[in-house]
Formats: sequence, C-alpha cells, structure tokens
Amino acid sequence: MSPSISFKIPGEAVDFAAFPDANGHFGAYGGSFVAETLAVPLAELTAAYDRLRVDPEFIAEYERDLKFYVGRPSPIYHAQRLSHEVGGAQILLKREDLNHTGAHKINNTIGQALVARAMGKRRIIAETGAGQHGVATATVCARFGLDCVVYMGATDIERQKINVYRMKLLGAQVVPVTSGSQTLKDALNEAMRDWVTNIADTFYIIGTVAGPSPYPRMVRDFNAVVGREARAQMLEHYGRLPDVITACVGGGSNAIGLFHAFLNDAQVRIVGAEAAGDGIATGRHAASLSAGRPGVLHGNRTYVLCDDDGQITETHSVSAGLDYPGVGPEHAFLKDAGRASYVGVTDEEALAAFHRLARSEGILAALESSHAVAQAIKLAQELPRDRLVLCNLSGRGDKDVHTIAARERITL
Amino acid sequence: MSRIDQRFAELAASDRTGLIPFITAGDPLPDSTVALMHALVVAGADLIELGVPFSDPMADGPVIQHASERALARGVGLTRILGWVHEFRQHDVVTPIVLMGYMNPVEIMGAARFAELAVEAGVDGVLLVDCPIEEAAASAPLRSAGLQQILLAAPTTTAQRMAQVCSAAAGFLYYVSFAGITGADRISLESVEAGVAQARQQAKLPVAVGFGIRDAAQAQVIGNFADAVVIGSALVERLSSARDEAELCAEAQAFLAPIRAALDAARGASR
Repeated sequence: MSPSISFKIPGEAVDFAAFPDANGHFGAYGGSFVAETLAVPLAELTAAYDRLRVDPEFIAEYERDLKFYVGRPSPIYHAQRLSHEVGGAQILLKREDLNHTGAHKINNTIGQALVARAMGKRRIIAETGAGQHGVATATVCARFGLDCVVYMGATDIERQKINVYRMKLLGAQVVPVTSGSQTLKDALNEAMRDWVTNIADTFYIIGTVAGPSPYPRMVRDFNAVVGREARAQMLEHYGRLPDVITACVGGGSNAIGLFHAFLNDAQVRIVGAEAAGDGIATGRHAASLSAGRPGVLHGNRTYVLCDDDGQITETHSVSAGLDYPGVGPEHAFLKDAGRASYVGVTDEEALAAFHRLARSEGILAALESSHAVAQAIKLAQELPRDRLVLCNLSGRGDKDVHTIAARERITL
Repeated sequence: MSRIDQRFAELAASDRTGLIPFITAGDPLPDSTVALMHALVVAGADLIELGVPFSDPMADGPVIQHASERALARGVGLTRILGWVHEFRQHDVVTPIVLMGYMNPVEIMGAARFAELAVEAGVDGVLLVDCPIEEAAASAPLRSAGLQQILLAAPTTTAQRMAQVCSAAAGFLYYVSFAGITGADRISLESVEAGVAQARQQAKLPVAVGFGIRDAAQAQVIGNFADAVVIGSALVERLSSARDEAELCAEAQAFLAPIRAALDAARGASR
C-alpha cells in the first residue's frame, strides 16, 4: 500500500514532533493491528500511560531513577583522535554505552516498569534478540521486585550465552522460542501469545519503538531523554546544534530517542544506519527501510522485509540487535516525509568501525552502535572540519567480544 | 443475500447449529486442499474457514503455527489459495468460504486487488485476525468489493466496544472462547455461555464460537447456545499426519461425523 494520508500542507512547516495522532498513526504508519482480545488491554494501557506521563510524581520518580540508578546524563564525548584520522568533520559521541546495563535500553525499561507498577501488574514479560533488552528488563524487574519472563529465540540463546546467564543472575526466567526462524521476531510473536493468554496480571515491556499503539510512542518518549539531553549539551558546550545526527536503526529505539528532539530543527540533517549485512544486493541484510516495503507486522504498519506473498523473510546482520525484519513506524513516516534518510551499513563496515573506534579512542562499541559509528565516519569524511556530526553510541561492546573473536577466527 | 447470510438463515429455519471447520490451506497436502474442502462439506460442514498461512501467526497456538510453517515450506500463498477456492466453486456454489489470516499478505497484494480476486474466485468473507475495528480503513476495500468482514469478539471486549464491533460486523460474529491463542486448553463452558449471552444483547448477527473446541462433547454444549461452532486446531492436528488424499478425506470425515451428530442431537434434545 502507499501512504494514503497527506500530512504536508504546502507552504507550512510540519510539526514532526506532533505525531502520532490519537489512534497511534504516524501518517500512514503505526496503528494497532492486533487481535480483538488485546484491543481493550491496549486501550487501558494507553489511558494509564497518558495519565502517568503528565503526572509530576511519576515524572519525578522516572527522572530520579535515570539520575541515580542509570547514571544520567550521559556525556557527549568529542572523539578527537578519530575525527583527526578521518580528516573531516568533528565526530561527537553520545555515550549511552555508559548507562547502567550498558545501553540506552534501560531508559525505556525503567519507564515501562513504573507504568506496570502503577497499573498493578506484577508479572513482566519481554522479548529479546541480542539480550540487551532482556537484561535491561530483568534488571528493572529485580529493582522493582517484579516477576520477569523473557522470550528469546533458540538461535539467539545460542549466540548470546552471556546475556542469557546475566538475565538468570538477575532472577529472570528465559524461555527459548523454537518457532519460525527462532530469532527476535519469533520471540516477539511468543511474547504476544503469552500476553494475550495472561492479560489480567501481565505487562508486556516491548523493547523497541514497534508493536501496536501506544508502544511506539511510549518507548520513544522514554528514550527521548537521549535527544533532549544531547540537544541541551550541544548548545551548552558547543554553542550550536550539530550539523548531522546519526544512529543505528534495527527496531529504531535508540535512533528515535536521539532524533526526536531534533525533528523540528530543520538545519539538522538526520541519518539512520540500517544493517546491510552482507550487502543489500545479496538479500542477506536487515535493512527494512532501505530495501523493504510497507506492510503490517507485530501490530503496526511499517516497512517490512517480506516476499511477494507477504511472508516475512529472514534477516541477517552481524549484530543480533539489528536483526529484525520490521522497523518502528515513526521511522517509516520520517523516511517518507523526507525528514530523515536511512542508509545501509554492512557487517564489514561496522566491524571496521568497531576496531577503528577501539584503537583511536579506547571505546569498545556494541556491534549495533558500530553501524552508527561507521555511518558517522562516512558523513564526517564528506564534511569540512568545522562541522559537527553527533553519533549515538547506543551501547557498549563487551557483549560482542566473543562474536568478534569468532568471526576473526580467534579462540579465547 | 450472501452465501453466508443464506446459510445462517437456513440453519435458523431448520433449528440446526452450524459446523465451521477450519483448515490451513495447503496443509498437509497442497494438491489435496480442494478435495479436502469437498470432504468437509460431505462430513457436514456448513461453512469453511480456510486459513491463509503467515510466517508470523501471533494469535495462533503451536498446531496452527506448525501447519502454517508446513504450508509455507511448500510455497502456499494467497494466489494459489484463491485458485483453490475457484476450483472448489466449480462443484460447490452454496457452501460459504471465509478466508482467515493476517493483514500482511493482503497488504502486500494490495487490499483492493486482493478483494477483487477473492470475489472473483468465490470467497464470501474474510477474517483478518490483526485488523480490529480501529483499523477499519485498512480493510475498507474488502467491504466495498462485497466481501463480508467477519469480526471477533473476545472475553476482554467491553459492552461499549461490543456495540461498536457488532455494528461493524457482517456475516456472523466470531466469539473467541477465552483470552489466549488458538488451540489452547483453556475453555470454560460456563464463561463462554455467559460471554455469548452478553454478545447477543448487542449482536443482531449469528454468533459462532471458536478457539479451543476439541471434541463432540464440548461442541454439543456450546451448540446449545451458539449459532455455530468453529473447530480448528483439533482438526488440523488430526489431519496433519495424513499421507495421501484418500486418508486425508477419510480422517476429516471420521473426525467431523461425531461432532456433526452431537450438534444435531443437542438441538433435537433442547426442542
């Protein structure tokens, strides 16, 4: 289908921050494509969230946890040696890797756990791919004393043993998912099946800006602290906004978290880096926006990777966190609106960026975030030295050292 | 009058409870789907729900998930399924057919194009599991082409929402017997009866009950208060090991015959 709703009024600036509409639509995307059983529970969640997000006590508790538990604000670090090596614009890193649990994911799980608690739900479920969201969910469940069940594809469990063990240490139950491709999308399906079955006492903490309304908005709001902080830090420390901002996009939560505060700053160029895997031309990738088409997956309309029969196709990326055949509907909207552009970064490019950042700055980036670093390097190369490229370093790479070693045929 | 409306009118006139078997199109033997559909009719099916396999069936339990995976592995997709409906219609112009599945295959084909081809093939209704009333705009081309959109009502559906669902529903209202996935063992006959009674306060359409109905005994109890009973997972599971067409059709008839008899006995007894 093609976007049917025109949101561009000639001669008038679009307020990009004003989406979604009351029904969770970002232009033609988003919405609530779920089975009837979930319709009322989602409406209840929407009502609870809309009440809480303007509740001063809720906001104060969320911000207190971000400050004292997560360790916010995260700094913006000027990667001077890397920038000098690249020989173009200055590369600035928003250090979400320094958060508790090592990634941006906890911004969202704290927020949703507080919503769950306010709704009286004691049992939390979540899906996870690389295990980062699972760990962030298990962490906040331990923090708030909630039961936690994490669904994870059997293939991913094999690939991410350390994170599986971390979740267990935190008291979570990790359930292997053996249906379909046994990866993130199947874990999401299984979590949805659990939710529809245990709707009365269970809260589903979705880890990215996908899923049915209100999840894309709620997850975005909880991650938007990244961009709000970054925008203020740029003005404070550099006296101006960055020229370009970039982030990796799988489901797209760290990206929308950074982008959202800048959407109405027309002079700031926005570029998302998708996982091009072995290269988009090979078909072995996870670049839904670059190579997919509008469809419906996991409760929302967005760009999906599927065949001509509408069957979702298997994806590939060296980074499990980007290995997803859909993408948050707000990104689909921003792409069509021309406000953001999305480009593919291959496994090789991401790995090269991983090593380059490690050697030049002493930072091990997550493989997901390494896609953004690779894109930041490309962007910096095209720009003069006095320009600023802000890159979201969404997570740290400790979890990936085994993957990298194995790929480089090194036995640890 | 549509085939679905016609069929429910006949059932009401003869005081019978409708039997609606669900099969996953193309499973377990793709080339035998049409023969299986005819066998279902012989065994007493009043309407056939033909499942369109999808790679990510979020509302389905393991039995239908696996059936979908098997069908997809054999390349079954919407175009082939519409071909089978067309073939079925060469010999049966009265049994209503409802396609049941998920949005994405329809979106990728294009809702308008799908609707046109489905009507042409002889499809009567469409049940899109992940297209609730909130997203009615997405399924509008189906309705304008003349397909009846079957809507679900669930135990979580509030009275206020039930009114909205009922005013948008066509053909029949599909009452989901419990909050859960297809084929689960969670059915509570008392709560289903209460739920159907509540739905009937708003629904002018016939009410069919589905999800988790496994055998003649359950069907008989539900048949006392519902207009039709849907049997899916239990049938799909029974058929899954059939090795050839003759066995497939024989299994379908052997499975449905006692259910048909129980439904007919139930109404006979309550009269």
